[in-house]
Amino acid sequence: MEKHLKVSAIKDGTVIDHIPTKALFKVIKILKLEECSQMVTFGNNLDSKAMGAKAIIKIANRFFADEEVNKIALVAPHAKLNTIRDYNVIEKRVVETPGEIRGIVRCFNPSCITNAENITTRFEVLSDKPIAMKCFYCEKITNENEMVFF
Amino acid sequence: MSAKSLISITDFSKEEYLKIMHLAEDFEANPNQKLLQGKVIATLFFEPSTRTRLSFETAINRLGGKIIGFSDSSSSSVSKGETLHDTIRMVSNYADMIIMRHPLEGSARYASEVSSVPVINAGDGANQHPSQTLLDMYSITKTQGSLDNINLFLVGDLKYGRTVHSLLMAMLQFKDPIFNFIAPPELAMPNEYKILLTSKGIKYFEHTEFTDIINAADIIYMTRVQKERFIDPVEYEKVKNVYILRDAMLSNTKENMRILHPLPRINEIHTDVDSNPKAYYFTQAKNGVYTRMAIIAHLLNLK
Repeated sequence: MEKHLKVSAIKDGTVIDHIPTKALFKVIKILKLEECSQMVTFGNNLDSKAMGAKAIIKIANRFFADEEVNKIALVAPHAKLNTIRDYNVIEKRVVETPGEIRGIVRCFNPSCITNAENITTRFEVLSDKPIAMKCFYCEKITNENEMVFF
Repeated sequence: MSAKSLISITDFSKEEYLKIMHLAEDFEANPNQKLLQGKVIATLFFEPSTRTRLSFETAINRLGGKIIGFSDSSSSSVSKGETLHDTIRMVSNYADMIIMRHPLEGSARYASEVSSVPVINAGDGANQHPSQTLLDMYSITKTQGSLDNINLFLVGDLKYGRTVHSLLMAMLQFKDPIFNFIAPPELAMPNEYKILLTSKGIKYFEHTEFTDIINAADIIYMTRVQKERFIDPVEYEKVKNVYILRDAMLSNTKENMRILHPLPRINEIHTDVDSNPKAYYFTQAKNGVYTRMAIIAHLLNLK
């Protein structure tokens, strides 16, 4: 029987695999893929041996620096990145939670100065599973279930 | 910006704490040292404060400095919609140091990033008030001879009270502190601090009753139990009179024991305690002037 990929292959670009199903649209938002002019294909609720169900995103002709892609660790800590050249995987990377997060997430404390003035948020990551981040400014801790993305 | 600021109590090392204690002692012995002659200090109080502002301004006057600033944001350009960023950029061009109180948490840290001169945080919302902690430490040093081996009883609102959290963090730098926490369950010391103490092998005990357990104390640090902290007003009514210190409770306490309170007090220390020699809270407030002189002198490298 002929096999079909559920999300079509790309010639050159990046495949982000093993994204939790609930995090798919957050990853799209964090990487600003809605502004991407290249072909972006994605699938959700795909079968996964490891995760039960997963999401996948394929972005044609886009390649990501570690710093850029590690931002998605907040929502997809087990995501894997494959760099594709001429239909071949030439590099595999695992997303790593950075020690410091700048921007991306709001401080959950409504009395924090970052919610009142135009300041880039800055957090020290205290733990990555589950995520707990300490605001550099107000020193309050934002937990995974309190994260609000810009 | 590279200027050395004091935003959180943990910004200072143990050596700096000890230097502040030493300088405060020196300023107490010789309060009028004109080290700030020719310097201008800005006191920016975006929300009102009596004790802290007067204490800082007394410290500056005793050091011979000049003061600019405001005691209420309604009399500043903030009322016209100016951002904190712009206010601090402007004032740091005028003054040699900025002392600020602001209702938003993290505002002082942000100001220290924007300012080209040192910033002292005189309170940023419910977050930090490091000069209070240093004056508490100076009061402990003066009354106990040292910051080592102190049996510290913290009483009242241990959940939201920023002064007790900062004091705990600072005392961790010293030898063998023992902590006793006395609070209603709703206002108990947060777990993060208890986990920290356990990880460092430091002894702590939790109590909900305010009884003769205080006889073991070297320092009793009282705080206000505030009505607005309770979700259920009935719960407040139950505990509001439980954590009141009265003179009769002090008869078997240690000779060296002293009672501290960041003030203002409401009713948590009965006025019959005021004449007891173990009551130290008004002297503690006086110590604030010398401690703040020490902080200013240290940050401006004047001593």
